[in-house]
Amino acid sequence: MDNAEIRDFIDSSIKENEVMLFMKGTPEAPACGFSMRTSGALNALGVRYAALDILPDPRIREELSGLSGWPTIPQLFVKGELVGGCDIVVEMYENGELAELLGVDMPEEEDDAPAEDEPVELPQQQSNIPLENNLKG
Amino acid sequence: MEAFPDADVDVSGDDGQHFRAEIVSARFEGLSRIQQHKLVQEVFGGELGGAIHALSIKTSTPEG
Repeated sequence: MDNAEIRDFIDSSIKENEVMLFMKGTPEAPACGFSMRTSGALNALGVRYAALDILPDPRIREELSGLSGWPTIPQLFVKGELVGGCDIVVEMYENGELAELLGVDMPEEEDDAPAEDEPVELPQQQSNIPLENNLKG
Repeated sequence: MEAFPDADVDVSGDDGQHFRAEIVSARFEGLSRIQQHKLVQEVFGGELGGAIHALSIKTSTPEG
């Protein structure tokens, strides 16, 4: 692949995917904290998105930044338009603008907080610890 | 910062690679967030993504 082909590929992935994220690593294994927070915001909203790891070839990043005029990674595109990098995406996630842009509802609870009507799972008694040890002290 | 003569700028970062800049400037008025950040990125030029691994930017206008 030469640079022009890479640029065409990037251009068509932006056009063909309504929500397109260029990141370091993958949503399952982000290779940078900024990419992790950006894909995390999309995951929290439960939207489907395409993600491209820019790390395998340095030319991907060169061509992407040339196209977008944005120097850093990650870069999120929605409906063919650059939305921003990590700072903007996280800020928009927090104030609800991202959910609005993507046409979804904000999650009502934080990811790590159990919903109110869900039973809270209590830690199981470890069977190899004699009960009396727990009663002492 | 010369590009923002009116601005209230606060840059922090002590490891020489990760920086955080908060810029309050009337120049941002009427601009989209993307345009605001691009203005700030221009100041850092080619350093971004190179010597500067990460610059966290927060922009706002004096009233906003």
